[in-house]
Amino acid sequence: MAGFVPHTDADRAAMLKAVGADRMDDLFRDVPGDMLLQQPLDLPAPLSEMELATHMRLLAAQNKPAAEEYSCFLGAGTYDHYVPSVVQHLVQRSEFYTAYTPYQPEISQGTLQAVFEFQSMICELTGMEAANASMYDGATATAEGAVMACRVTGKNKILVSAALHPEYRQVLNTYTAGLSVTVEEIPAPQGRTALETLERNLGPDVGCVVVQNPNFFGIIEDGPILGEVVNQSKALFLVCADPVSLGLLKPPGEYGADIVTGDAQAMGNSMFYGGPHVGFFAVTGRYVRKMPGRVVGRTTDGEGKRGFVLTLQAREQHIRREKATSNICSNQALCALAATIHLSYLGKNGLKKLAELCLAKARYAYQQLVRLDGVEPVFEGSFFKEFVIKPRLSPAKVNSYLLEHGIIGGLDLGRFYPELSGGMLFCVTETRSRQEIDCLVGRMGVCK
Amino acid sequence: MTKPLIFELGSPGRTAAGLPEPDVPVTKPEELLPFGMRRERQAELPEVSEVDLVRHYTRLSSLNYGVDTGFYPLGSCTMKYNPKVNEAAASLPGFTGLHPYQPEELSQGALKLMYRLERYLGEIAGMDRFTLQPAAGAHGELTGLLIIRAYHVQNGETQRNKVLVPDSAHGTNPATAAMCGYETVQVKSNSRGGVDLDDLWRLAGADTAAIMLTNPNTLGIFDENIKQITDIVHEAGGLAYCDGANTNAIMGKVRPGDMGFDVVHLNLHKTFATPHGGGGPGSGPVGVKDFLTPFLPRPLVECRVDEEAGKTYYLDHRGGQSIGRVKAFYGNFGVMVKAYAYIRMLGAAGLTEASEHAVLNANYLKEKLRETYVLPYDRTCMHEFVLSPLKSGERKVRTLDLAKRLMDYGYHPPTIYFPLIVEEALMIEPTETESKETLDGFAAALRQIAREALEQPETVTGAPHRTPVKRLDEVTAARKPVLRYQRQS
Ligand SMILES: Cc1ncc(COP(=O)(O)O)c(C=O)c1O
Repeated sequence: MAGFVPHTDADRAAMLKAVGADRMDDLFRDVPGDMLLQQPLDLPAPLSEMELATHMRLLAAQNKPAAEEYSCFLGAGTYDHYVPSVVQHLVQRSEFYTAYTPYQPEISQGTLQAVFEFQSMICELTGMEAANASMYDGATATAEGAVMACRVTGKNKILVSAALHPEYRQVLNTYTAGLSVTVEEIPAPQGRTALETLERNLGPDVGCVVVQNPNFFGIIEDGPILGEVVNQSKALFLVCADPVSLGLLKPPGEYGADIVTGDAQAMGNSMFYGGPHVGFFAVTGRYVRKMPGRVVGRTTDGEGKRGFVLTLQAREQHIRREKATSNICSNQALCALAATIHLSYLGKNGLKKLAELCLAKARYAYQQLVRLDGVEPVFEGSFFKEFVIKPRLSPAKVNSYLLEHGIIGGLDLGRFYPELSGGMLFCVTETRSRQEIDCLVGRMGVCK
Repeated sequence: MTKPLIFELGSPGRTAAGLPEPDVPVTKPEELLPFGMRRERQAELPEVSEVDLVRHYTRLSSLNYGVDTGFYPLGSCTMKYNPKVNEAAASLPGFTGLHPYQPEELSQGALKLMYRLERYLGEIAGMDRFTLQPAAGAHGELTGLLIIRAYHVQNGETQRNKVLVPDSAHGTNPATAAMCGYETVQVKSNSRGGVDLDDLWRLAGADTAAIMLTNPNTLGIFDENIKQITDIVHEAGGLAYCDGANTNAIMGKVRPGDMGFDVVHLNLHKTFATPHGGGGPGSGPVGVKDFLTPFLPRPLVECRVDEEAGKTYYLDHRGGQSIGRVKAFYGNFGVMVKAYAYIRMLGAAGLTEASEHAVLNANYLKEKLRETYVLPYDRTCMHEFVLSPLKSGERKVRTLDLAKRLMDYGYHPPTIYFPLIVEEALMIEPTETESKETLDGFAAALRQIAREALEQPETVTGAPHRTPVKRLDEVTAARKPVLRYQRQS
């Protein structure tokens, strides 16, 4: 029988008899007769496993994956970092991936301990005191953080930098639609959050200031100055960070962040067309009981042995219902496990080295590109692994020319920032070789 | 039997990473990074070799219990077998290596898959359009309620500020209502476990935005008054939201769209056999009737037919009335691949058989336990049922104890203490992928535990005895939270 149903005819007959039914339909007697479907669902005919495997292979073959068949210079929230074999190998252990949320700690110590390790690593990276077990992605983590900030401060305005990922800003707007909270943008005219506008708008009604660092344009914002300004108000300071950059950059916890969010796809997770990724969420100690989502804590069992449990559950929907800090239930546990394994693989020195590689390669690519006739730099200032340039031709023309030569070029910024149309956001990670970068530069040089 | 933390392994200076040497000129980071933004103290990450790493997480995995380990009758969670061919399909580089902003012409396979999956879900749920963006069930609820909210706002009905939620509802339902700025109003259940129509009649009115309902509900019961319920809410001007967590009972039999629901979310990580990952990633697509399509998050995947080029799939970002995005990019695509593969493998007949056998298994197991355990709602169940132990009147032994003792017999316990309207609830969902022998074995264990509860209650109240750790001190964990490792200096 299809559908992984193990019943033999004899089993089925015996079981129907045991429940006093003559046929399957008897079991659906509570469904009003006129509501029952009269004909089969209109779906394609079933496939055997072998046919399905072929079908899926053919479907996959209709894609030309950026990470496989091209030199990819796209970033903007999804990054082509190398995923070490060991990560994939370990997350494919089915004791991990076929388990549910660890509601029964005695038989879930594997997941629980791994989450505790994840939380610890996120705290180390961000310089915060507590982190949760994960959020859906960087965008929802950021939106929930901003809403949380308004809740704890009792204020109703969120100031968000225009240099926060545009899709993250869209999610923030969606999340606040039903709440009496307004979202106001702080422009980023020079590619960084405008400090004067921020200071001017930071009134007593502001509950949260949201900044991304490095920001959407790749630029490293002046965290300490921003932190100082925000910390002088009653608003909480939320920094959305790229975990790879934190191998080199000052942790937001050291420049006044109250909440740090971000997406850890870059750590051990494939790009997967934008999901599943994994959001992280970290806070200073005083907001531990205000966080959304699952949290794992250390404890001991009856014999004094160390163990781990889901804790601080009095914040959560299954206990608090409409008074919960969030409705989140399932999160992105397996992706968080991949991030944990990747971070362990890199270790203290490896993460720094990875960040240095990205920095050096992006810097090299930028220098070679802006040296070209007809390619203009757009912003000044230090950047990490992404940067903005403006070629003479339109980004669409440039990208289609590059594509013909096996290169996926940068993001056309006009799509999100009309005022920056003509600008392109390039990303260079450790996976791009010098040869690929030189090739990009060569092609950009003749594409006029 | 507990394991050291990864931080407690290894040695300073060790690393598993074999990163390449830079092939470009390197400027010292200190010269490139602004002074105030340099990291002064490196993050205390583990320093282990690759072997250490592999052994550590392999050992951790051995402390876990998954569907691949054994029977996992966790009610409301549909822990069915996760077919391995789907895992293989989802790890094809043609899927994993796609960048969300790469040109659409390079992503035709992915867009086609999403386009078709949307239509399959529409057919199964009886809805016109779906968004695939939500990452889980609760995220779908948020999306659905925001759609309902946008609809009322468009109609100028901003006074609709209440969401009706039955007392048997999952906690995410009221929590979602609050996140959308709604007040939750609880609707009573009747003696048969369904919605109390009189109470609903009394509560539904000009301030009703919606009802959120799970059907079959969290007692595993199909509410036979479903049409009256959705009618009452519609007459009051509200909309009907279906929490589709329990769709595994009804595929090919009856559809939320035909029950009068306007919005539904499905859990691909339950009904459509994608693994739960120890707590995610899931996927919670939301389906709507046509009149709500304008409010769906964008982009939607559309198809253009051209004589020469044939079919081209594309992302349509237009939609002035859309509630906006609920997530960056397009949703948990990797999960969609597995659900798509599952639907293609089973087809209409296979999905219907899956639901029928899920219901048969639940009713069979219920029959096997009715002599021993109290059955608060004694009627035909759907894919799950709720017991309120124990018939013997033994009060020392609580549901928590039964659950813990089941671990000693090698089973994952059912969901406990939910739904809230049943005292000491034990919620059992066997799923269709379990055999008669497995169900017989599980029923025998539960009966044996009932005997133990009478004859040697300490064995049950002291359980589990055979797990890597014993019962853990949750009170101290919450009172004095230790949420991270810190190196002793
Ligand atoms: C009835 C019901 N609704 C909603 C949810 C939430 O789903 P998710 O964990 O995917 O967010 C669950 C999950 O357990 C559920 O059982």
